Amino acid sequence: MTVSSAPDPMLPEPLRIARAKRETHGVFTFELDVSARGGFPFLPGQFNMLYPFGAGESAISISSDPHQPDRLEHTIRAVGAVTRAIERLGRGDVVGVRGPFGSAWPIREAEGRDLVVIAGGIGLAPLRPVVYHALRRREAFGKVALLYGTRTPDDILYRKEIERWRGRLDVEVEVTVDTAGSDWRGNTGVVTKLISRAAFDPGRAFAMICGPEIMMRFCARELERLGVSLDRIWITMERNMRCGTGLCGHCQFGPSFVCKDGPVYRYDRVQDLLLVREV
Amino acid sequence: MPASAARLPVVLAAADLDALVQALAGRGYRVLGPVARDGAIVIDDVRHAADLPIGLEDVQGPGRYRLERREHDAFFAFTVGPHSWKQTFHVPVERLFQIRRHKEGFSVLPDATPRLHVALLGARACEIHAIEIQDRILIHGEHPDPRYAARRGDVFVVAVNCMRAGNTCFCASMGTGPRAERGFDLALTELIESGAHRFLIEIGSDEGAAVAAELPVRPANPEEIGAAASVSERTAAAMGRRLDTSGLKERLQKNLEHPRWDDVATRCLACGNCTMVCPTCFCVEFEDTTDLSGETAERTKRWESCFTLGFSHVHGGSVRSSIKARYRQWLTHKLAGWHDQFGSSGCVGCGRCITWCPVGIDITEEAAAVGLPEKDG
Repeated sequence: MTVSSAPDPMLPEPLRIARAKRETHGVFTFELDVSARGGFPFLPGQFNMLYPFGAGESAISISSDPHQPDRLEHTIRAVGAVTRAIERLGRGDVVGVRGPFGSAWPIREAEGRDLVVIAGGIGLAPLRPVVYHALRRREAFGKVALLYGTRTPDDILYRKEIERWRGRLDVEVEVTVDTAGSDWRGNTGVVTKLISRAAFDPGRAFAMICGPEIMMRFCARELERLGVSLDRIWITMERNMRCGTGLCGHCQFGPSFVCKDGPVYRYDRVQDLLLVREV
Repeated sequence: MPASAARLPVVLAAADLDALVQALAGRGYRVLGPVARDGAIVIDDVRHAADLPIGLEDVQGPGRYRLERREHDAFFAFTVGPHSWKQTFHVPVERLFQIRRHKEGFSVLPDATPRLHVALLGARACEIHAIEIQDRILIHGEHPDPRYAARRGDVFVVAVNCMRAGNTCFCASMGTGPRAERGFDLALTELIESGAHRFLIEIGSDEGAAVAAELPVRPANPEEIGAAASVSERTAAAMGRRLDTSGLKERLQKNLEHPRWDDVATRCLACGNCTMVCPTCFCVEFEDTTDLSGETAERTKRWESCFTLGFSHVHGGSVRSSIKARYRQWLTHKLAGWHDQFGSSGCVGCGRCITWCPVGIDITEEAAAVGLPEKDG
């Protein structure tokens, strides 16, 4: 029998941090220098396993522009031992990278349709590549809407970029927050409330949602109520992804591996599982 | 020599079994097989036929395993024990690489690709199926595991057709035994009749034929071939346990909220024994550590169980914090989701999970009960 000569997907590749940017309290973005390897091609929605020396690995979605593979960015929330170890790194430090892994948002399938992008909190990071793509190929889509909810105005990611997108006449950008001070002039309340106000044709819209499971469920319910068919609603799942190749078993979700068959799923294929506790 | 002539069954006297061990060793194989140790039959090096558990039988039941000596000198009268060949290829612990820190960042130093040249002496039909299942996952999938593939690259398989059915065996209902139909170089059926103790040897490969040619064998006669076939038939007929697989996948996947999951959760200790002894369970954990100087780190891979709380950990807690959810995950993955993922059941009917469960939970009973109307009282 011949032994596979493919490179071992378990080996991290050291990449240097070219730029580090604090987004909000506890959330930061690293751009990695991929010039020596000739770029880092990926599909919107895919993730990498990031390894701060000696501390373990964490699955982090790629948040940069898929049309600019020479710029690889991850937006990370420091919540566990590994992401906190990554947070302590800065420009010039090296992080181990494995990937890209996982399924992608259906950006080709969505062409010619209205596009509704719905993000909750850090869930904007895996959807940012979709927004970049849609803006680059704006003529390929009908109406484009970005609906984004965070806890407070201070938690808004990519603030300058969102302002820039909001300034365009061909994209509808709505931001809502759970709570805000009296100086907040924008929307308050859950992101679901923005859906019925957005201008899109439910009969031809594609929706891509990333956020907590409960938020995605309520968004899908609202979209369905408005007439978006469930096979045009896509979500991402979060599970414990350890290997990225479907071999360690940790990220099983029903009959699938989130790292390989997900993280992006068509809603009608997983909606029953989302209703079962602890799957 | 025409292959067909070389592949006719032959007969080896039991007294000459050591010639097989020596022929394999002579070809450079490390011979692994069953030996009795610490009250169980485990897999270890076999240097002589006399190392085999001669005259021993295992008495198994849910949560029960005992070895007993019998008034015979059979080499293979027992069935499968707590070990499986999984530990040979999908090893319990291995280091994958070291990482050295230096001024420019760090460098990854992969551990050398493992090399194995092993002969499996006494692999049972269910175990050969289990190896095939792990091969499908770890070699023929989208992302092959190069270390597993390297270990599987040079293996000689001597199958043994079971002459007894263990109390927890149910391979006949899974279509995985008790007779080895493929996946071997040589297959032995032990024939014990008054005054005659011998092995019928079937030849499954050219290398098997070459090894057989080095043994003091003679062509098998039709009576011996018939006797070997009836050994497997008797074993299949004696198998008391079965798993009804018709419609099982759909029944399990449609009944994720069935009360039986709550029932089994009151008995299951979530110890993970079933996953450790299962010859197909493949889940692993990765551990990253550094040395005291902080200059060198390494990653180790080790077997992991879906019964641990940490297995499904995400930020905020475990996805499957209840034992009910973890047992349901294991059973539905093994018997249902496995079909979606790998095109077959993940169960080969070896019965190890029943025997080695400390509270004797029986996968065949649980699978049969999920989806059925609740029993009164």
